[in-house]
Amino acid sequence: MKDLFKLPANLVVSKIKNGEFSAEEYISVIIGRINETDSRINSFITTNFEDALEKSKKIDKKIQTGEKTGIFAGIPIGIKDNINVKGLKNTCASRMLSDYISPYNATVIDRLEDQDAIVIGKLNMDEFGMGTTSEFSAYGPVRNPWNTGYVAGGSSGGSAAAVSSLQIPISLGSDTGGSIRCPASFCSVIGLKPTYGTVSRNGLVSYSNSLEQIGPIARTIFDIVPLLNTISGEDINDNTTSPSTNFCRIKSDEELRTAKFKVGLLSDLIQSSDHQIISGIQDKIDLLEKHHHHLENIKLSMIDFAVAAYYIIATAEASSNLSRFDNIRYGYHLNPEGYEWTSYFSKSRSLFGDEVKLRILLGSYVLSAGYFGKYYAKAQLVRSLIRNEFKNLFQKFDIILLPTMPVLPFKLGEKISNPVEIYNLDLFTIIANLTGLPAISIPAGFSKEGFPFGVQLIANAFEEQKLVDIAVLFEKEADYGECFPEL
Amino acid sequence: MKLDTKNIDQLKIGLEIHCQLTNLNTKLFCKCLCNYRNLPPNENTCPICLGLPGTLPLLNKRAVEFASMICLAFNCSIPEKISFYRKNYFYPDLPKNFQITQYNSYELSSIGYNGLYYFANDLLGGSSDSSNENQKPSVRITRIQLEEDPGKIVYEDDKSSINNYSLIDYNRAGVALVEIVTEPDFTSPSDVRLFLNEIINIFEYLEVCDPALEGSIRCDVNVSISGGKKVEIKNISSFKDVEKSILYEITRQKTLVMHDIDVQAETRHWDERRKITIAARSKEKEEEYKYFPEPDIPRINLGGENFVSGLRSQMHELPAERLARYKDTFKITPHTARILVNSKKISDFFEQALKFYSAPVEVSNWIVNELLTKINELEKSDSSKTSFNILSGSHMSPRLIASMAKLVEEKTTSRSMAREIFDTCLKTGDDPFELVKRLDTKRISNTEQIADLIKKIVSDQPHLINQSKSNPNVTNFILGLIMKETQGKADPQVSMNLIREIISQSDKQS
Ligand SMILES: [Zn+2]
Repeated sequence: MKDLFKLPANLVVSKIKNGEFSAEEYISVIIGRINETDSRINSFITTNFEDALEKSKKIDKKIQTGEKTGIFAGIPIGIKDNINVKGLKNTCASRMLSDYISPYNATVIDRLEDQDAIVIGKLNMDEFGMGTTSEFSAYGPVRNPWNTGYVAGGSSGGSAAAVSSLQIPISLGSDTGGSIRCPASFCSVIGLKPTYGTVSRNGLVSYSNSLEQIGPIARTIFDIVPLLNTISGEDINDNTTSPSTNFCRIKSDEELRTAKFKVGLLSDLIQSSDHQIISGIQDKIDLLEKHHHHLENIKLSMIDFAVAAYYIIATAEASSNLSRFDNIRYGYHLNPEGYEWTSYFSKSRSLFGDEVKLRILLGSYVLSAGYFGKYYAKAQLVRSLIRNEFKNLFQKFDIILLPTMPVLPFKLGEKISNPVEIYNLDLFTIIANLTGLPAISIPAGFSKEGFPFGVQLIANAFEEQKLVDIAVLFEKEADYGECFPEL
Repeated sequence: MKLDTKNIDQLKIGLEIHCQLTNLNTKLFCKCLCNYRNLPPNENTCPICLGLPGTLPLLNKRAVEFASMICLAFNCSIPEKISFYRKNYFYPDLPKNFQITQYNSYELSSIGYNGLYYFANDLLGGSSDSSNENQKPSVRITRIQLEEDPGKIVYEDDKSSINNYSLIDYNRAGVALVEIVTEPDFTSPSDVRLFLNEIINIFEYLEVCDPALEGSIRCDVNVSISGGKKVEIKNISSFKDVEKSILYEITRQKTLVMHDIDVQAETRHWDERRKITIAARSKEKEEEYKYFPEPDIPRINLGGENFVSGLRSQMHELPAERLARYKDTFKITPHTARILVNSKKISDFFEQALKFYSAPVEVSNWIVNELLTKINELEKSDSSKTSFNILSGSHMSPRLIASMAKLVEEKTTSRSMAREIFDTCLKTGDDPFELVKRLDTKRISNTEQIADLIKKIVSDQPHLINQSKSNPNVTNFILGLIMKETQGKADPQVSMNLIREIISQSDKQS
């Protein structure tokens, strides 16, 4: 009973439904695990234990009475703290929202609760999603479960670390420029960023609206698929969702054997990575070759402009999105006595962290009159050129393969003073955000020092199924979901 | 320096009119009520219009249709695709600290552009000379755009310097606004007034906005003289003050020019109490708004020609169209037609009456000459009541007007008799035809009966015959006696003819 926390969600559900153990027992084990480990990981900002236990009892009752239960009956899920859950704090890891309790559920939360998933808590992150390491949090950095002196990746660091450290089987993150895939790579879990428009952003606190999606994180593709299916689909509360979302499924071995994909290898990016990552990625390429998939080296001509374009668009949108945090309607306690509007705005907004302030300034600058054409319009042009390049690539290829991150996890604080170096680390992941394409990070091995890294696959819009197919193949060959960090 | 009269010729006035689409059910981007009036503060709000973190704007499609109808009424082009922009600035009445609006600097974003509005002379109540038709003045419409209204700040005191606090009510935040921007094509303040009256009328006809609601239509003005710099006047909360503010601004600018002082390009505010414009504290510059496309609302493909033709088919008739129909098809006089059309309520009343009795000229006469006169009288006697509502307590109805017209048109009742019947029916709710029957007020046009009566009168008072030779009023006197005798039922025309006939016969006999 003690090791229940090691089980993947799909197994737990069937065991709860079979009566092997109750949802309440399982949730109690999970609560114990979180209590035991989180002082070392720091993945939770808010826990929801009492409510979770209440809900687990209700689910047990449903099962006893033969009432229909959802596909996540009794499964605890952790939610990145920028996704609204009614009645819980929604801090975005910022002091600006330290007292803010959400009055409504994000669409994804409603859909998960319809399937009897249980929100166990809100997860740590970079403030407002702005970061690649999860160090920029008002609640302290998330620590990498494989070595707690190292970064977990970001910005959904808490979401990846909590799943990796066996605190919870599944979580939700959000991915604006790699925020799901980067920590998935650093923590050895699977993270998927769906096609733009697949998952409703209603209830996700916007960092950069045109780039980001909510996505699933889990230790096995068998948990990713039902989680993705649950949260996907057009939503009347988000005008940017698309009706063309497809359900994904785990195909049979027979089906997978006959599927032959054309895989484009971004060889320049692979070769520019850490040498241990290069050899790990080569193993995956060899595996694909062994399964008779067609492989070909490809190049991207616009890649040099991607990071600049990304940061212009992301900061421009962010500077506007974050202007609503003025502490007039909600936020944190600050007595307005003695302030005028303008001085109150300045005072209340001083609580943003430095990285957030940096990006607000950058975004305000690129949008100022006279600079719009020089920066924002050019960035959008680069974006559409990159989109076109991928459109052409996907005429020929099914999948594009590259490392998720060019580097292994690094020490906490190591790169914190060099923002441009960190921004450049985002190059491999931002491509999928600029183009809106679906991308997945799958554990691809460990360095000799024991640090994980991931392989990234990008597919054409709404072709998440192809990502799933390859992920199943990789997982069957080498199941890193059975490798657990020692805590 | 002498005041140059040419300055007035170079007067240029442009308008920015904001109109709430009050006839929508919900706000522009959420499901809160569009009708926020008379609700306790901040009760007509939701996470979206409060701009709570994580909420997204959900575009009200009906608002797009309403705005498009306004575009068509002002002969604007409607682009195939429209988009929304964020106008970023910090102000406490803006829940998100940006306003979702439209912006044409980087692309064609607004729902309407390049419009042209012709002043229909007939609508203006001025010269109805139709030969003038070709010289109608026109106003170019720069653009028409859809945007959200901010909340309302309630100050502790009007004087901002002594305020200890101010309160914000977000009930209005997110209500759909249409902004109509004109080129500086107005050359006189009175033209502006006439244009604003027409706008009000058009909104009523389109049924998109109720101009009677407080704050539903607001207007900013820009004024320049002598080819000088443009001065914007904001904060004009009532249309009545627009003309006054322009006149004040012209005088102010003229005085500056007279003293060789340059007019500054600036924004001024209209002080409603003192009726003057005052310089705004900070200059509001366009470039500080950091416009960029709203990422949460995808570009909207309206559907081009199909959309426009579909819209036209469901659009209400516009005042100018209705006026033309009244004159051309119904043959109503321009004067009467104009009176009807200038108020949609009266015009609709007329249309309803026609359904009961299709005699447009007679029905229109009843409305303009009898009904409106009655309303005017009532208004004078009780100034607390206004125009049309005044008759809601009486038995006024389009059916009654139609019946009155029918009574007269079918010549069974004299006009003066009909007026009395009308008065009675208004008070009692009786059907006029029933009333006529009951009172046996059918007009006596039986010549024999009337002739007998006349003969009796002149035989009783034979001196009348003699007097009639020198005094033409005698015939009227005899008519009065007949009316008295018949309780007004005798047909006056028939009676008059008979009187003259009988008098001349008696004359010959004697
Ligand atoms: Zn609302």
